[in-house]
Amino acid sequence: MTRDSRIVFPVLAGVLMATVLVSLSLGRYPIHPEAVVRFIAWKMHILHADNPKEFQILETILIHIRLPRILSAMLVGAALSVSGAVLQSIFINPLVSPEMLGILAGSSFGAALGMVLASSWILVQISTVGFGMAAVAVAIGLAGLYQGDRILLLVLGGIISSSLFNALFLMMKYLADPYNQLPAIIYWLMGGFSLADPNTTAVLSPPIVTGILILLVLSPYLNLLTMGEEEARSLGVNVPLLRMTFIIVSAIISSLTVALCGIIGWVGLIIPHIGRMIAGPDNRFLLPICVFIGATFLLMVDDVSRLVLPVEIPIGILTAMLGIPVFAVILKNSGKGWGKWS
Amino acid sequence: MENICFTYSGAPVLKDVSLSVRRGEVISLLGPNGSGKTTLIKILLGIYRPLSGTVLFEGRAISAITPKALARRVAYVPQFHRMVFAYRVLDVVLMGRSPHQSFFFRYSSEDRDMAVSALERLSILHLKDKRYTEVSGGERQLILIARALAQGADTLVMDEPANNLDYGNQIRLLDEIRKLSQEGYTFIKSTHFPDHALWIADRVVMLQCGAIIADGRPDDVMNDTSICNLYKTEVAVIRIGGALRTCIPKSILTRLKEA
Repeated sequence: MTRDSRIVFPVLAGVLMATVLVSLSLGRYPIHPEAVVRFIAWKMHILHADNPKEFQILETILIHIRLPRILSAMLVGAALSVSGAVLQSIFINPLVSPEMLGILAGSSFGAALGMVLASSWILVQISTVGFGMAAVAVAIGLAGLYQGDRILLLVLGGIISSSLFNALFLMMKYLADPYNQLPAIIYWLMGGFSLADPNTTAVLSPPIVTGILILLVLSPYLNLLTMGEEEARSLGVNVPLLRMTFIIVSAIISSLTVALCGIIGWVGLIIPHIGRMIAGPDNRFLLPICVFIGATFLLMVDDVSRLVLPVEIPIGILTAMLGIPVFAVILKNSGKGWGKWS
Repeated sequence: MENICFTYSGAPVLKDVSLSVRRGEVISLLGPNGSGKTTLIKILLGIYRPLSGTVLFEGRAISAITPKALARRVAYVPQFHRMVFAYRVLDVVLMGRSPHQSFFFRYSSEDRDMAVSALERLSILHLKDKRYTEVSGGERQLILIARALAQGADTLVMDEPANNLDYGNQIRLLDEIRKLSQEGYTFIKSTHFPDHALWIADRVVMLQCGAIIADGRPDDVMNDTSICNLYKTEVAVIRIGGALRTCIPKSILTRLKEA
């Protein structure tokens, strides 16, 4: 732990806690943050209830309606940010995001296919994750066919795989019934946490959390991999094994987020950059920082998406509107190497 | 290493190359572009597998040694490279400690101390907290050597370490190599500068079209004919008393004499 990180982590954790508290209190039925705190204290048996009835209403709103949504927003924000940071390091390219390798194109196709063919929501989600992984397999498989620079081949394999699944996705849009299925597909693509029901969140959380933890534990190897394949090997790293582990785990958690809330772009690209500005590029600190910033960011954006207009704004639109200007500002630093803002 | 052959696809890059290195030696690989220096270096490091032949390290085939175990003894100092991510210099040196860790690891404070003392040994401790992307090329080369020291390796394999360095930094690098070799470190380095081989190498290996054409002490193998033969340019090796010698292109020598 450096002196910096001893300050940074508590601050970020504090900001996240405050955001959770505010998010709990915001909504169609506003609840004062103080009431939220009292409710939490009551739940933890610290506070005795004078008026249990009041707390029962709060329980319905906070625990059954708002909390699942807040948890899934945090989870998705953390997952996308961490997998973005991991893929940027693996490809030694700061412009990479989870869209690489066809993950999102494959998931979109899988979702559309599921919506057109399947009747149950679970099948749609399985198809989403399945085709997300299939797209990554196509990218890796194509790269494996040829000799040469592994990283470049994976990028090119990803471009081919993305194009393939985008074409298939277009076909699904063409085949979909234009009155019910097509709007559902398009709405899905814009992303949103109204899609995330508590049950799905409960089912998908453990694998996403496990994936994030695996990436965090292996983070010291990411630094070595950014030195390039040959140098990493000369430092004793089993490059093919670790690189595949990183790619596959980040691909899995990214496609799980699509199953949870549709496609949310830009988070996986800009949050790692903001993390690097705060803490530098060292992945041992960058990944945990991305967990906090990603969770806080997406939670805030979700608050905006559900509150600003009487109808919910799809969150994918908001992250793009916010992401583009942020990214334009971040480019300022590109000449000095991607690191701490100074 | 014995009878190494290597090919990328089709044309062989190395043909029946054999070379043995003794501890504490400074070996310079000389050869024109495309002669197989870099390939040879990557085979020595186990990055490329030879088509035939074996590389032995202290009697054991390196293909039988895990990359991690090899990294504790043999370090690679790559050519000047552009880093995308602006790591702190100390963190770059700390990466040298990774071969000494278990699979799931965090660097300990001893690792940190070793990284610091490696920087100290090369008198570049003041760079500790700088960004690796913002130090000069010469400093980067020294930082990578510090990483090799932190790695605990006693054999350093360097691919054209002096490329992209200004004159002063080249000399500083040579001085450090000489100093470390006196402490028992072994160096295998390729270079484009015959002078560097003349000045600090114990042994010179000349590679041409994938074959070794000369191997011996600089005094024995480096002369007008052999260098001319290697680079296809007329050169005079000039002795300035005793062991002191340098290499001057004949075209320049003639022009200067006429003037």
